Amino acid sequence: MATCKTETEAAVDVRDRMNIVIVGSVDHGKSTLLGRLYADTGTLPEGKVEKIQAICKQQGKEFEYAFLFDAFLEEQQQGVTIDTARTFFQWAGRQYIIIDAPGHKEFLKNMISGAARAEAALLLIDALEGVKDQSKRHGLLLSMLGVKQVTVVVNKMDLVDYSQETFALIEKEYRAFLAQLDVTPQFVIPASAKRGDNIATPSPQMAWHTGPTVLESLAQFSSESEQAEQPLRFPLQDVYKFDARRILTGRIASGRLKVGDQVIFSPSNKSAVVQTLEAFNIEPPPTQAQAGQSVGITLDEQIFVERGEIVSHESSLPLVSTTFRANLFWLGRRPLEMDKSYLVRLATHEVECRVAEIHRIVDADNLSLDQQQTNAVVKRNEVADVTIQTRAPLAFDLYSDFETTGRFVLVDDYDVSGGGIITEMVADREETLRIEARQRDFAWVTGDVTLADRAKHYGHRAALVLLIGPDTTGKTFLAKKVESTLVAEGRHVYMLDPENLRRGLDADLQEGDAREMIRRYGEVARLLIDTGVLLISTTNSFNLPADQTVEAIRTLVHPAPVLTVYMSQETTPSPIEADLSFTGPEDFTSTAHAVLTALKEKGIIAETIGNQPVFQFSI
Amino acid sequence: MRHLRQLEDQSVYIFREAYKHFDNLGMLWSMGKDSTVLLWLARKAFFGHVPFPLLHVDTSYKIPAMIEYRDRLAREWRLNLVVGQNKQALAEGMNHERGRVECCTALKTNGLKLLLEEKGYTGIILGVRADEESTRAKERYFSPRDKNNDWDFRDQPPELWDQFKTSFPPNTHIRIHPLLDWTEINIWEYIKLENIPFMDLYLDRGDGTRYRSLGCAPCTFPIKSTASTVDEIIEELRATKVAERAGRAQDEGRGMELLRKDGYM
Repeated sequence: MATCKTETEAAVDVRDRMNIVIVGSVDHGKSTLLGRLYADTGTLPEGKVEKIQAICKQQGKEFEYAFLFDAFLEEQQQGVTIDTARTFFQWAGRQYIIIDAPGHKEFLKNMISGAARAEAALLLIDALEGVKDQSKRHGLLLSMLGVKQVTVVVNKMDLVDYSQETFALIEKEYRAFLAQLDVTPQFVIPASAKRGDNIATPSPQMAWHTGPTVLESLAQFSSESEQAEQPLRFPLQDVYKFDARRILTGRIASGRLKVGDQVIFSPSNKSAVVQTLEAFNIEPPPTQAQAGQSVGITLDEQIFVERGEIVSHESSLPLVSTTFRANLFWLGRRPLEMDKSYLVRLATHEVECRVAEIHRIVDADNLSLDQQQTNAVVKRNEVADVTIQTRAPLAFDLYSDFETTGRFVLVDDYDVSGGGIITEMVADREETLRIEARQRDFAWVTGDVTLADRAKHYGHRAALVLLIGPDTTGKTFLAKKVESTLVAEGRHVYMLDPENLRRGLDADLQEGDAREMIRRYGEVARLLIDTGVLLISTTNSFNLPADQTVEAIRTLVHPAPVLTVYMSQETTPSPIEADLSFTGPEDFTSTAHAVLTALKEKGIIAETIGNQPVFQFSI
Repeated sequence: MRHLRQLEDQSVYIFREAYKHFDNLGMLWSMGKDSTVLLWLARKAFFGHVPFPLLHVDTSYKIPAMIEYRDRLAREWRLNLVVGQNKQALAEGMNHERGRVECCTALKTNGLKLLLEEKGYTGIILGVRADEESTRAKERYFSPRDKNNDWDFRDQPPELWDQFKTSFPPNTHIRIHPLLDWTEINIWEYIKLENIPFMDLYLDRGDGTRYRSLGCAPCTFPIKSTASTVDEIIEELRATKVAERAGRAQDEGRGMELLRKDGYM
């Protein structure tokens, strides 16, 4: 490096990179620390300090290092950071993005946005003010956001005469607090950002401090991810068919993926073998990939899988349920309400959900206190322990086991309004059937003909049409009508009346064995669906509430599409959210056609037969 | 080189999220070094394809070599190129002598606005980087713009982990920034790593000057430099303490904050 103008460490080759966030209560000196760090290491652009000094002079105020990064006019006028800034810093062979997060409570969502990108944090506490509510709240949020490496900086030591005693008290109090979150700070450093004590150079005023400076402490954060050593989690992001290749893409959240691996998709329980790893401008193409990489794979067979599924090996599967318990922070303008519809987004999966229970609001000030009072809502900036119920089964993990697939956000209207970490899987009513379906599907032996082949051949995908509603509303009549109409079109359809199972398959069962009857029916339906048939069925013989019947059957035939049709004589509301509803139909021909139209709209039956119908087996 | 692959993986993820969620997506392409990397990353993300149009807001004042390069690459890589221009402002004689911020607003900000109105894009991919300039340091990867194209930087949506803002009310759009975490050096390191073709205006071709940042001819100035290879550029950047956009006139004073609030790139 003969032409190098500076001898700073900035010129050393980069070995790795890391995102660090600076957090802490408002006015505890985060932006000042950042400015000082850059100024004292000579990493500011030429003329930057002079430019800010000139602006300060013009506005008649004292120069502050904080102004270097508080870019917006309003931020400088109010002396407060509004939004997170990414700043770039290179030292000792590592490229850092240092994220300056606002400390003001009003901008908590911005602090969280900053911290969520970070692998490590510097948490500032003002020596004069001591540990504030916001210091604790930020500590709690860091642990929820997955920032496990934390160094605490006790700032403004100059205002307490560099008192070792004051420092020790704050250190003790905050360490005790972090211990409750299972967080051990790497270092606790006494410093004065304004005067440059223990920022880039050791402080002569605090010779009693034997630990590192803030600058030295950065190098102690580890950028080694352990995620590659964990079992595979590969959330499916999209499926592309730009050319002859059908490529499944996504970012590996944990573990490793190799060509030749047998992989399972959850929650659909499909499986296939990885045939290739696809890449652009890499020769020869890679044969394996690991956590953190955005990849594309092709499979040995064309199976229908969708964005949102989690790819894993069979030896370590994600959990699947419609219910889980989580710690959640809420950032929405409107409070989080029970029984209101939200979207949960977990890795790449998006599904409607509701909050089934708000167990307690977590008080950052007193974490261990278990308030038993029930809460109707979670207000903005609160953290709560909740149970969430999704409309369709979701594959996920506990946050303590897997970071990426153990956390989620909630979307209210157009906005990401909260985030959470999953603490517990709650077994729902279908748990037993779901486990049965998974085990059965993994062991299922198939011939060389795939479901996609059959769909092409028959002109429709295999699916189930379920007719529900009170007795004598014409369900069986409609089922027959739909069957005959479709068969006349040349489709492969079968009406399966559950009554037909009674004297045969269910001959050993008593009237009260409704759950077992449903299980057997579901398995028969699953078998028929695997033949590629479009199955039509009524549901009254099970003697169970309609929602339970439909959910149990759905679980067993999963992931085949299920179309629900509700029929009634009066305008009584459907006990489930049916795809179609009819009240006392007289014209069964047009009703049957409405069912056909719905099947077409859902992409289950193709418009015509014979003309090579194209099924959307990619998404 | 691990840091470059990490940046690449994140950018590719952002590209694929954008493609998944936006039916009417376009990518701004200015032929500069950042645009060059942006286009390359799109081809990485989509395995050699670029499944959306490239938009160029032509101010008519670009360095002529840039336009030649644009048309040649569009042909060779079979890109869907869409060129927009604020013809009315140009007919009325807009140029930088009427004021740099005024000129940028008319020809770039409003030129882009007109293009968005005409084509109805709901997602626009841009190659802005956080280290370029301090308001860009505060951007989100997915950053909403209201129906007037305004950026409400006081109230940006939360961005948690890799969950981005992908739903939005009608008549608004989202700016998508896959290069936000890249530095100027990273751009050149990546160009070297992947051996990406780029415009030679960035190199000294014998007169001891080169462009560090490319824009309109009247408002972009070359720097004194003898760097004639990518390696030499990287070496020069590691040693320099002069800001990248020092040669870009519109950045002076509070120019950028005002421009960007109103929808500038």
